[in-house]
Amino acid sequence: MANDPRAGFTALNRFGFGARGDGDLAAAASDPRGFLDAELHEPGIALLDGPGLGRSADLLKRLFEEQERQRREREGADRARIASALQIVLGAEPSPPPPAPQEAVKPGQPPKPPGVEQLAFRAEALARFQRAVAARAGFVERLVCFWSNHFCVSAMKGGFVRAIAGAYEREAIRPHVLGHFVDMLEAVEQHPAMIFYLDNQQSMGPESQAGRNRKRGLNENLAREIMELHTLGVDGGYTQADVTSLARVLTGWTFAGSDGRLGEPGAPVFFANFHQPGAQTVLGRAYAEPDRTQGLAALDALAKSPATARRIAMKFARHFVADDPPPALVDRLAKNFADSGGDLKALAQTLIASPEAWAAPAAKLRNPYEFLVAAARATGRPPLDAGPILGDLDTLGQPLWSPPGPNGFADTAAAWISPEGMKARLDMSWRIASRVPDMPNPVDMLDKIAGPAATPETRQAVARADSRQQALALLLMSPEMQRR
Amino acid sequence: MDRQLVSLTRRAVLADAGALFAWANMPRIASAAGARDPRFVVIILRGALDGLSAVGPTGDPDYAGLHGDIALSRSGPDAAPPLDSFFALNPGMPNFHRLFGAKQAAVVHAVATAYRDRSHFDGQDVLESGYPGPGFATSGWLNRALSLLPAGEAVRLRSGLGVGVTTPLLLRGQAPVVGWAPQVLPPAGDDLAARLINLYRHVDPPLADALVRGLDIDRLASREMSGEKGRRGGMDSIPGMAQAARGAARLIAADDGPRIAALAFDGWDTHANEGGPRGRLAQLLSGLDGAFAEFEKGLGPHWSDTFIVAITEFGRTARINGTTGTDHGTATVAFLAGGAVAGGRVIADWPGLKNDQLHENRDLRPTTDLRAVLKGALADHLGLGAGALAATVFPGSAAAKPMAGLVV
Repeated sequence: MANDPRAGFTALNRFGFGARGDGDLAAAASDPRGFLDAELHEPGIALLDGPGLGRSADLLKRLFEEQERQRREREGADRARIASALQIVLGAEPSPPPPAPQEAVKPGQPPKPPGVEQLAFRAEALARFQRAVAARAGFVERLVCFWSNHFCVSAMKGGFVRAIAGAYEREAIRPHVLGHFVDMLEAVEQHPAMIFYLDNQQSMGPESQAGRNRKRGLNENLAREIMELHTLGVDGGYTQADVTSLARVLTGWTFAGSDGRLGEPGAPVFFANFHQPGAQTVLGRAYAEPDRTQGLAALDALAKSPATARRIAMKFARHFVADDPPPALVDRLAKNFADSGGDLKALAQTLIASPEAWAAPAAKLRNPYEFLVAAARATGRPPLDAGPILGDLDTLGQPLWSPPGPNGFADTAAAWISPEGMKARLDMSWRIASRVPDMPNPVDMLDKIAGPAATPETRQAVARADSRQQALALLLMSPEMQRR
Repeated sequence: MDRQLVSLTRRAVLADAGALFAWANMPRIASAAGARDPRFVVIILRGALDGLSAVGPTGDPDYAGLHGDIALSRSGPDAAPPLDSFFALNPGMPNFHRLFGAKQAAVVHAVATAYRDRSHFDGQDVLESGYPGPGFATSGWLNRALSLLPAGEAVRLRSGLGVGVTTPLLLRGQAPVVGWAPQVLPPAGDDLAARLINLYRHVDPPLADALVRGLDIDRLASREMSGEKGRRGGMDSIPGMAQAARGAARLIAADDGPRIAALAFDGWDTHANEGGPRGRLAQLLSGLDGAFAEFEKGLGPHWSDTFIVAITEFGRTARINGTTGTDHGTATVAFLAGGAVAGGRVIADWPGLKNDQLHENRDLRPTTDLRAVLKGALADHLGLGAGALAATVFPGSAAAKPMAGLVV
């Protein structure tokens, strides 16, 4: 592509996190596709590491220890209370009963220090957000967000998922966003975060050793969502019997518990005692493989299904281009996915090589995360603390790693253009604008982040604002910042 | 109404938008003494409610065996209070039980939408769109019902209220609606809002419409809810549900507020360790129960003309699964509450729980079409005709005739 300021704007907004105004708009304009493609060739660009970012297994081990310590403290207090009550009954001199744990914190005392899951969640959130704000284009970070939402877990499930939601993304999603779909699928479905989120650690084959002893059995939650949400899609041609069969195949996919009996606490393991013996038929194909390889073979077949290729292509195009994406684009993406064996770097390259992906009008609305990252990039204010980001995401209706269901957050403009959502964005833009010190001239900022792509109306509204704060709030709320 | 912006003040902008949205500027047509001024509330329970643990058929000889550890029982330490000789209510719902006794609440059992597969997301689309199958996720039945009301009706003029940061599909569509969520930010100034709306009107009208509606309801909310600060909890928590209901009740009780509200409560997908009379499900049910109480309190004198319905996308397996929970199923319950409900009864054509009576040998078999219940409520409470209900609100539902006698 020749120098094209409008395409440069599209490169940064549709495929990235918006301009930082440090000359990136001009760089993108000089070679819009190359600007994005360069990120895809940077070794290790999708990986994230840093202080406070631990392995899932380490975090879970610490979480288990913390829970055990709390349990012992509770029991100790209970025992002491009982002992003191007994002394009263027996007529001995009573010692004052220790307070119950919930009464231990008096008003005015400092609050309890944050637990393992809280510390980890905040460190992960901050690292993720800082990476997105600092990224050159942010295309790869957008891909991480897309796949993380496709294979979402939710911290609302409780402390277990909250502790490792960020580690899950770093361990199961990031290594594969420019790799192969089947590898991501296998990493995701064996990760303790997903296992726990969709209850598979409790699922036992009815005829497995444990199932027979404990008279417990299947939980089909993970199996259903793998077919419906992660691969084939709800119209992908599977039946209730296929769901149940896949649930049997996946019995034994769990993680080691706090006692370490099955391995390092918190590490993913295959537990043969839970596994339903024998061959299973899923979608007309019999799987007779032993142990874990049975499930891996089933996942491999699901990843290769044409239904999966179509579904991923549709979601990918819908995320980046339009709620109703051009059919030719979806077809091309689906063909590339199928022909390449689910090569996700090739999929991203096919997207940015497609003229439809550049020609579509900017009709998508940035989701709250994209908006907050774009605002931090535009104002040059990288976050120093996770608290405000997490609070803002909550307010705007996209709490981090906490979608309302396993289908993730909505990915259509229609869902995000809501009265309450727009009102909340306005109030938030006003607050962001009020906290930028030494603010540059907002008209210059508009030039740096949108250049010739800015409409005269937006330029005029920003220029005529009655304060710099008001001008910046208008800039943050302008269609140039909200749409992509 | 003059649609030119005469000056860039928020009032002028709102007056301009009022042609569509600002009921505060409308003459109060329907407030005349004696005229009915009904309220209608829909609560979506996302995730599929286990109807058999919410309202247990304790009189069915197969129930306790199938539902195992989480079955309700009429005796013992966690006894479920009886609703009649056959059904008992989860002990987490004392308010609903009291309303039931006062004939202001009813249960419909073995009820389902037209959807027979087991995807939450398709199931919710069917529940909210009102179409017989998935794939029609552009407008909701409650929005189409609003658009059918005669132009002078208070319910039409005063629009519908979606509680939460995003509008539920149920209420999306052509008819204008407003949204409200507990306020957590200091508001931006009126002048900034007016300037932004002016910009949007020139370059991005859909954003203008959404923002105007958001500001409009916010203005009403700040009047009705001074002192209510911060968000209390998620929509799957007891305080979160109570706060949402309290806010919605105050807004629809206001003379110039909306008359129809849609809320969505989350977390009903109880695959594991569901709990029966105690535990996760009972907690969620007590959240819903608290929401009913908040509506009763907040609506005050309007409670007598209020109809609330709580519905879910489908039920759960009749047999508990291997992890003391339940997997996705078919028929379930709907809760009806409000002074306008002809209550004090469980409405059910009970299908039985023997193997050959279960749907696909696993789920409670549906014997009542949820659309018949909703159509009955819309017909008798809001005055919609059966023809419009079958053609527009619930297309393809002619066979499911509006259920008679739901409204006092």
